[in-house]
Amino acid sequence: MNWRGFYTLFAKEVWRFMKVAVQTVLTPVVTAVLYLVVFAHVLEEHVQVYPGVTYTAFLIPGLIMMSVIQNAFANSSSSLIQSKMNGNIVFVLLAPISSLEFYLAFVLAAIARGVMVGVVLYAVALGFADLPVPHLGMLLAFGVLGSGLLGALGLIGGIWADKYDQLAAFQNFLILPLSFLSGVFYSLYSLSPFWQTVSRFNPFFYMIDGVRYGFLGVSDVSPYQSLWIISLFFIAISVVAWFMIERGYKLRR
Amino acid sequence: MSAVSMRCWRGDMDAVTIAHLHKYFGTVHALKGIDFTIHAGEFFGLLGPNGAGKSTLINIMAGLARAAGGSIQVHGHDVVKHYRKSRMLLGVVPQELVYDPFFSVREMLRLQSGYFGFGRENYPWIDELLTVLNLQDKATANLSQLSGGMKRRVLIAQALVHKPKVLVLDEPTAGVDVELRQALWEFSSRLHKQGTTIVLTTHYLEEAEALCGRIAILDQGAVVALDKTSVLLDRHPYRLLCLTTQSATVTVPAALAPLVLSQHGRALILRLHRSQDPVSDVLDSLRNAGVQIQDIQLREPKLEDVFLHITGRGHA
Repeated sequence: MNWRGFYTLFAKEVWRFMKVAVQTVLTPVVTAVLYLVVFAHVLEEHVQVYPGVTYTAFLIPGLIMMSVIQNAFANSSSSLIQSKMNGNIVFVLLAPISSLEFYLAFVLAAIARGVMVGVVLYAVALGFADLPVPHLGMLLAFGVLGSGLLGALGLIGGIWADKYDQLAAFQNFLILPLSFLSGVFYSLYSLSPFWQTVSRFNPFFYMIDGVRYGFLGVSDVSPYQSLWIISLFFIAISVVAWFMIERGYKLRR
Repeated sequence: MSAVSMRCWRGDMDAVTIAHLHKYFGTVHALKGIDFTIHAGEFFGLLGPNGAGKSTLINIMAGLARAAGGSIQVHGHDVVKHYRKSRMLLGVVPQELVYDPFFSVREMLRLQSGYFGFGRENYPWIDELLTVLNLQDKATANLSQLSGGMKRRVLIAQALVHKPKVLVLDEPTAGVDVELRQALWEFSSRLHKQGTTIVLTTHYLEEAEALCGRIAILDQGAVVALDKTSVLLDRHPYRLLCLTTQSATVTVPAALAPLVLSQHGRALILRLHRSQDPVSDVLDSLRNAGVQIQDIQLREPKLEDVFLHITGRGHA
């Protein structure tokens, strides 16, 4: 294991997004707060999803997790596509860094950005609602696994895409709909039976539901079931991402 | 030849061993069973027209591309099976002026050093590289702010950051000004004298002629010539007889007409075969035809002539 090489690549990926923190950390926080202000203002008096839980308190965990996973995806995918388009991906490919080290560095950096966005958003959201964390372990598990999963998916998207618009399509037609239709703004049980069944095939639903359990102690499905499902997805997506790197798909001609 | 390279020639390990190398791009057979060895300490030239397979060969050597068959070893380490060791021994200066726009020159060099497993202990070497390549003033500049020549220097520094034994320069002087080209020649010669094996691909044949001890010429994915530069030059059967005539309107005898390469005003250039066209016979024929000669120059073949002859792009 080239530990130093792995750590350097990880540190470089973190350093990269920190150099443009306004764009990579603050902007998603502002966007999420705008969602919070608008939806909470409109629905606070009219909707109560769980007994004793305000709509704002219901909304915040979902918004946090949606921001976490979207930014985790953006981190690995945008870094890769930029490196490919600029050609500077060769600097990593020329180095004695294994496919596993490559995968881990990118995914851990994606987790770092996702978690950082989540923490900042949580701090801001404290101004809108009381947010105790009764199940911190669960919250961390879902935060790390969810952002790891999206980081790995970002690797796949970044490697697969040859142009920025292909990656944008990946993001706009896959990531965005799955995250918006994952129960961030509503409970699964508010949907018709058909859409409830469809939602159960959306892995993002389990991430949002699990994080909500971490914050509120209530969820639509068992958090342990969600944890299992997310773990399986994480492993499956990771294997695909690692395999693409190992084979040099669209990286080593 | 330097003392170090002489020592290496006498039996040290080969620097790069290429065996039965094949590569396809779709139906195009880009490399057709390449076989040759680059000795440790050599300054080796890899020449060929566009599309000959030079960059593909270098990319496979560097791990940027995968071969369909065959192998490359760097100091005995297979570039696929033992990629960590082979990459530690190899530094590559890519042809394109690529850079990471997020980082400064020094940051980029430190990151590259880290990828190769080095930490702070390598910082003095990075500073030395910055000095040697005249990049001290640009150390904190973002790479996007640098000129093409400066970016080329940074690429060379990045390739050397882990002190490789073999340095591959893929068209390093393409698009750089004369001054920088001279500086790069001197720098690569100095590295070579210090014992680094240099593999150079270039379109500037005078560059290869001046620097390389041995040259391989690739054409359409195959090695069409591989020898010492001096031997390649000797193998070329032609030389040029450059004459200045007294009159601008001379008529060359019909027997010599096939030898005329060009005739502009008083300048007449004939291409002579070493064994078939003795200079004295040609001059006698011209004098007998009444051609008055004011000046005579005999030009030995240049690598460019050899290259054109071997790749079939010349007149021969």
